[in-house]
Amino acid sequence: MTPPLVRLAAQSAWNRRAALSLTVLAVALSVMLLIGVERLREQVRGGFEQSVSGADLIVGARGSPLQLMLYSVFRIGEATHNMQWSSVEALAAHPAVAWTIPVSLGDSHRGYPVLATNHAYFAHFRYGDRRSLALAEGHAFDGVFEAVLGAEAADALGYRLGDRIVLAHGSGESRLADHADKPFTVTGILARTGTPVDNTVHISLAAMEAIHLDWQGGAPIPGMQIPAEYVQKFDLKPKTVTAVIVGLKSRAAVFSVQRWINDFRAEPLMAVLPGVALAQLWQAIGYGEKALLAVSALVVGVGLAGLVAVVLAGLDQRRRELAILRAVGARPRDILTLLTLEGLGLTVIGALLGFVLLTVLSLVATPLVEARFGLSLTTGLPSVHELFLLAGVIITGFVASLLPGWRAYRVSLADGLTPKT
Amino acid sequence: MPAPVVSIANLRFDWGDAPCLDIAVFELAQNEQVFLYGPSGSGKSTFLNLLAGVLVPRAGELVVLGAALPQLAGAARDRFRADHLGLIFQQFNLIPYLSVLDNVLLPCRFSARRQERAGDPRQAAARLLAHLDLDAALWTRRADALSVGQQQRVAAARALIGAPELIVADEPTSALDADRQDAFLDLLTRECAASGAALVFVSHDRRLAARFTRTLSLPDLNRAGAAP
Repeated sequence: MTPPLVRLAAQSAWNRRAALSLTVLAVALSVMLLIGVERLREQVRGGFEQSVSGADLIVGARGSPLQLMLYSVFRIGEATHNMQWSSVEALAAHPAVAWTIPVSLGDSHRGYPVLATNHAYFAHFRYGDRRSLALAEGHAFDGVFEAVLGAEAADALGYRLGDRIVLAHGSGESRLADHADKPFTVTGILARTGTPVDNTVHISLAAMEAIHLDWQGGAPIPGMQIPAEYVQKFDLKPKTVTAVIVGLKSRAAVFSVQRWINDFRAEPLMAVLPGVALAQLWQAIGYGEKALLAVSALVVGVGLAGLVAVVLAGLDQRRRELAILRAVGARPRDILTLLTLEGLGLTVIGALLGFVLLTVLSLVATPLVEARFGLSLTTGLPSVHELFLLAGVIITGFVASLLPGWRAYRVSLADGLTPKT
Repeated sequence: MPAPVVSIANLRFDWGDAPCLDIAVFELAQNEQVFLYGPSGSGKSTFLNLLAGVLVPRAGELVVLGAALPQLAGAARDRFRADHLGLIFQQFNLIPYLSVLDNVLLPCRFSARRQERAGDPRQAAARLLAHLDLDAALWTRRADALSVGQQQRVAAARALIGAPELIVADEPTSALDADRQDAFLDLLTRECAASGAALVFVSHDRRLAARFTRTLSLPDLNRAGAAP
């Protein structure tokens, strides 16, 4: 006799839809939070992993591997020590090395980090599914004072080809420490990648040298100014760089090259495997993620508790209804099923609604989030992991619904055909 | 002589301390329509719960349609009630959020036997509702949109659908005015006679007794005397 009970439960719940819809909404919002947190976590991870996909090693001055990785690839955190250009040349000459991308960081333009590199960057840098960078318009830098903008930097600041920009020393807190005497011309804008590249202003290593010719120790040298016209007279070969992204001819050589770099004589260096550094990162933020997940699970718990409370509270007004059902032949077991079905059904509706809300929200927020954080929100069917979460919510809802079910069972046994109220 | 619909001998029931019901003999034959006079406090609702198999007597015999109810398990008594009994209460008989038709069809949902005996349940419900003077326009309305008198007639239709052998009515007319009472009684007794169901009609209003085949007084029947 289950089908009529499902229908009855649905009709009865529909009759009380005003009160129930609010609790269903609460469950939906909590499920949205739970799945949303989980999705964001996966997307942040995915975003990080997408950011550098072709590199076998990241090389820099010895220090914290995670810091080197975060700074050189994600432009997060503090500057690390620099390494000598001679070391870069030695590295490039190693027989197992296929290519090297030297990068120099430290300056910025209106909050967007400046990365100095050479043409190897455009040739060898890979992101996502081993995709190379593409220019949306213009060309890579040729002259000294030319810059190539990431898609987001160009979009957000409204730059087009030919615009002149001024770089700031350091992260740009001080207006005094800028390179106003040596403005750059935008010659190229990269296609969007969804990685930190989008937020980066790219210049040549020579340009990095040029704007710092008359600088020392992070400040302009007093009384000395070298106009932009004359920089060509100087040797613009870089003396140091922040890091080198290294591609090997064969992945099999990765550990031997790593050992060779770690034992480098001329200066203390280290070579980091990007995957290993990311694993360290996940370990570091794992506790935060777990705490976030625990909080959202708790919110789901509160939502379900509210739902059960509402179903329980409605029970007293439904004693007559239950007595009528008993009179026409419902067993106390049917009454238990009826109430449990109601709670379960509401949980299922809440969970599905939460998922739909999340999907709608993702669709609405995608342009914004993509622009601001370089994250692309996934929409569509739930992943296996999300299905497990949804199933967990529904099972919890079912177990919790046994409480009003059991209470109704007791009430209908005690009341029989004549409810006491 | 056909077997009685209800046969009670030395039935006793109590709510723990004070005895509540103690009936030496009670028999109800087929096609009989019995008026059972029962003022409040005479153990009336206990008696009805026993007849319906919701409560089980502490001692004595209670045989309904050949089945010894006290010997049946709880679920079997529920099934028995669904299959063989039609119940009408004083008021609030209907599930408010169901339509009139769905309310009448409820017993068929819980009892395969009633469904089978009704033939086409929707046609049977329509026929009963029409016989009970309910306009077809009302059938799809929510039950709580009807007047009390209309609701009682819907309840009668629900009790009668699928031709159960025993109809138990507990003060079904007390919420109706005198004219409506008469009309309702006419319809109820006529339909019971038509379907061959035995009827136990409980009321504290003796004036109604005249149209029944037999009249009994629960206080006389109940040797336990006054009880809650």
